[in-house]
Formats: sequence, structure tokens, C-alpha cells
Amino acid sequence: MDASTWELLLHAVGPLLLGAIVGTIPLAVLSFVAGLVIALAVALARLSPVKVLRRFAGGYISVIRGTPLLVQLYIIFFALPSLGVVIDPFPSAVIAFSMNVGGYAAEAIRGSILAVPRGQWEAASTVGLSYATTLRRVVLPQALRVAVPPLSNTFISLVKDTSLASSIMVTELLRRAQEIAAPSYEFLALYSLAAVIYWVICTALSFAQQRLEQRLGRYVTT
Amino acid sequence: MPLVTVRNLHKAFGDHVVLTDVNLDVAEGSVTVLIGPSGSGKTTLLRCLNGLSHPQRGLVTIGDVTVDYSSHPNRRELAALRAQSGMVFQAHHLFPHRTALENLTEGPIHAQKEPVASARARGHALLEQVGLSDKADAYPSELSGGQQQRVGIARALALRPRLILFDEPTSALDPETVGDVLTVMRDLADQGWTMVVVTHEIRFAEQVADHVAFLDGGLIVEEGTPRQVLTEPCEVRTRQFLRRVLDPLSRVPDQGRP
Ligand SMILES: Nc1ncnc2c1ncn2[C@@H]1O[C@H](COP(=O)(O)OP(=O)(O)OP(=O)(O)O)[C@@H](O)[C@H]1O
Ligand SMILES: [Mg+2]
Repeated sequence: MDASTWELLLHAVGPLLLGAIVGTIPLAVLSFVAGLVIALAVALARLSPVKVLRRFAGGYISVIRGTPLLVQLYIIFFALPSLGVVIDPFPSAVIAFSMNVGGYAAEAIRGSILAVPRGQWEAASTVGLSYATTLRRVVLPQALRVAVPPLSNTFISLVKDTSLASSIMVTELLRRAQEIAAPSYEFLALYSLAAVIYWVICTALSFAQQRLEQRLGRYVTT
Repeated sequence: MPLVTVRNLHKAFGDHVVLTDVNLDVAEGSVTVLIGPSGSGKTTLLRCLNGLSHPQRGLVTIGDVTVDYSSHPNRRELAALRAQSGMVFQAHHLFPHRTALENLTEGPIHAQKEPVASARARGHALLEQVGLSDKADAYPSELSGGQQQRVGIARALALRPRLILFDEPTSALDPETVGDVLTVMRDLADQGWTMVVVTHEIRFAEQVADHVAFLDGGLIVEEGTPRQVLTEPCEVRTRQFLRRVLDPLSRVPDQGRP
């Protein structure tokens, strides 16, 4: 690499990091939080005694998992306007990603709820707790321990998948790299820099995941 | 009038009939012990008293709450029945992510809406009553089996129920801790608590029970005072059962063999 490439890279670090901070990270965090709410609702519907709810939730999961995320994103951003629904790039991406997380995380959450022994539900009901209180105070705190590893993986995948939002003009990390690379033809240098930044973020998240798992493992009964 | 009346209870799992036609009365302030062979439906009967099990037919009345199982009671009716009793499980089912004290205050604070300070004060008093005043901040995993079960009993008491249901509270315990738990239960009986206890501890039944019911083949085969049922049982099945429980090595000869 010659000096001008280094110079360009040096000047690109700032904008790319900014793209991560104002684009990638908020996009991932917002989508993940909204996605978890959807996932919990879908998981509870899957566990419901009401058949219609179970069917609906199963259908939702099947559609989300059976279609590419990029297509889901395109439907919301490029196809919905033909039905008169026009949504800005960033919110479009949040909607697509959160619905996607909702489909993937639902099964992990359902599994973690099923991993809580029946006796906990029964004990909670004999002390008078309602269904919602039982979930909030007894079942979900215990399910969380089981759910953290798969949900962390979902989140880390999501951070990487946010790069798809560059295709609908969300100015996140990859889009910034494209914008700087295009006029200079320095694709190798800029996309490599983008890759390094994604890698650093995901590695930091994996580390945080391990710490969290250790913390949550404290009160494990045999 | 009895505190608890059970009429014509019928429960089947699929086509496996567990309770055919069970009737039972429990007087206020009395200790009723249910005995019977494994699989005879003792647990199921107990769980019908608080709606954890849903029998196909039968009437359960506790105090002023009546549930008619044949009319498909809804969640609220079952919750009203369940609120009449506290339950102690064989496997204790304490909340593992809450301390001993928090296990006790969970129901009072989050179901009965008792003020936190008063629930905690009562919780401490109850832990003292079961001999665990120094374990308030311990998590269940930090307690021995006998201690866990005593927290389980205190958790049931904390609800201030009309009666307490015990499902083999000592069966999963080490022999040396069984006595601690039975002592707590005897104290509760002395204080006048109404208790329905499933147990294989025949000595406990002899000493503490007011009423003993022997369950077999989906029916209460024999019931009465401990003396009537345990010392001078009329029914062959009761006698055979007691012989097996009291002396597990004595083999009851198979029918048709000498
Ligand atoms: N959820 C269930 N589904 C199917 N069958 C069940 C279920 N629960 C209990 N049973 C059956 O019902 C019968 C009575 O069970 P129950 O647990 O009431 O017996 P028990 O008298 O408490 O026995 P033990 O002394 O072994 O605890 C058994 O044959 C058991 O297999
Ligand atoms: Mg049983």
C-alpha cells in the first residue's frame, strides 16, 4: 500500500467509527430490544393453550426463517410504498430487523421457558401469583440464564446483518465505507477497515456475553 | 361443618382412571393423613384440593369457596380455591433465584399486596418459627434439604391460608433431617393449623393425625382415627399395605403361591 492509501485510511477511520456509533449500533440495539418484545410475544403464543395463537406464531416463525433478511428489508422499504406506505430508511431497517429477530429469538425464548421446571409454575400459582406475575418474577428470570447464550448469538449476528441496511441508504458503517471507497477506488483498504471495526465490536460483545453468563450462573440449583 | 368437603371426585388421565369416586371431609383444626400405595392417587387428590389437577367430576368446598369440576371452572374460580390453601411439595419447589426470606414474601407482597415492611417482618418471624432465623438471606441452593423444606413450609404459612397441604414433605430428605421437618409439622398441628398430609411416615400419622384415610384403587378404602386405621385396620388391603410400609423386607406372598 502506498502513502496515499494510508492517508485515506487514516481519514476514513473517523467517519467509519461515526457510522458505527450513529448507524450500526443504534440500529442493532433498537432492533434487538423491539425484536425481543416480539419474540417474547411469539414464544408465549407458541406456548398458549389457544390453537389459533399457536398456529399464527408458528406461521410467523416459518415465514421469517424461510425468507432472506434482505428480501424482508426490500419488501418494507421498496415494496410497501406501492401500497402507499412510505417509511424512511432507518425506521424501515429497524422494522425489518426487529421482525427478523422476533422470529429467530422466539424459539430460543420458548425453549428457555420450557427449561424452567413445571414445579416453579405450580409453586408460583400456589402462592397466588397471576400468570403475568409468574412470568415476570419467577419464570423469565430463570429462563434468562438458559436464553443468554442463544440470544447473544442472535445479537451478534444482528450487528453484522445491519450492514444490509446500507442497501437501503441507511448511513451506517458499511455505507460510509462505500461512500469513501467509490470515488477513490480503494475498495480493498476501506472494506478491510470496515471488517476490522465489525470484528472489534463482535469480539467485545462475545466477551460481554461470557461475563453475563458467569453472573447469571450464580444461583444455580442442582 | 367441615372446613373441606370433597364429593364424588373422579379423575382420569386419558383412559387411566386414578380417582373413581372419592369423598372426604376435613374438620377445621384437624390433621388428616392420606396413606396408600404408590400410584394410588394421593398426590392427585391433594392437587384436586387446590386446582393444580383438574378432575372430570366432583365438588370441592373449602370454607366459603366451592368449585364444581364438572362445570369446567375458569381460571378465576380455581384461583379462588387455590387461595384457600398453602402447599408444601415433595421437591420443595422453592424459587432458586430468591433468598429464603424473599421466597416467603413473594406471595404476600406480589399476590396479596401486603405492604413490604409487614410481609418482611412476618417472614422473619416465620423463619424463626421453623428454626431458620439465621438463614433469611441464604439462597435455596445454600441450604440443606431439611432446611429447604422448612422454608417451603414457612412459605406456605406466610400466605395465612385456611389449611396447608403437604405432599410427602419428607420423602426426598436424608433420614437425619426428616425429624426436623416432622417436628415443625407437629408444632403446627399443636397450634391448631388444619393440615392434609400425604406421607409414608406411619409413626407421624399415629402421633399427630386426627384422621387417617387409606387410598387404594381410586377410592378411600378405609378411614378413621389413627387407631382404627393404623392399629386395627378392617380391610385386608390396608393391612397388607401397612405391613409393607412398616417392614419393607417382609414379602407378602403372591396369590396362588404358598
Ligand atoms: N400428569 C399425569 N399424566 C398421566 N398420568 C398421571 C399424571 N399424574 C399422575 N398420573 C398417574 O396417576 C396415578 C396416580 O398418581 P399419583 O401421583 O396421584 O399417585 P401417588 O399416590 O401420589 O403415588 P406416589 O406415592 O408414588 O407419589 C399414577 O398411576 C400416575 O402414573
Ligand atoms: Mg405422590
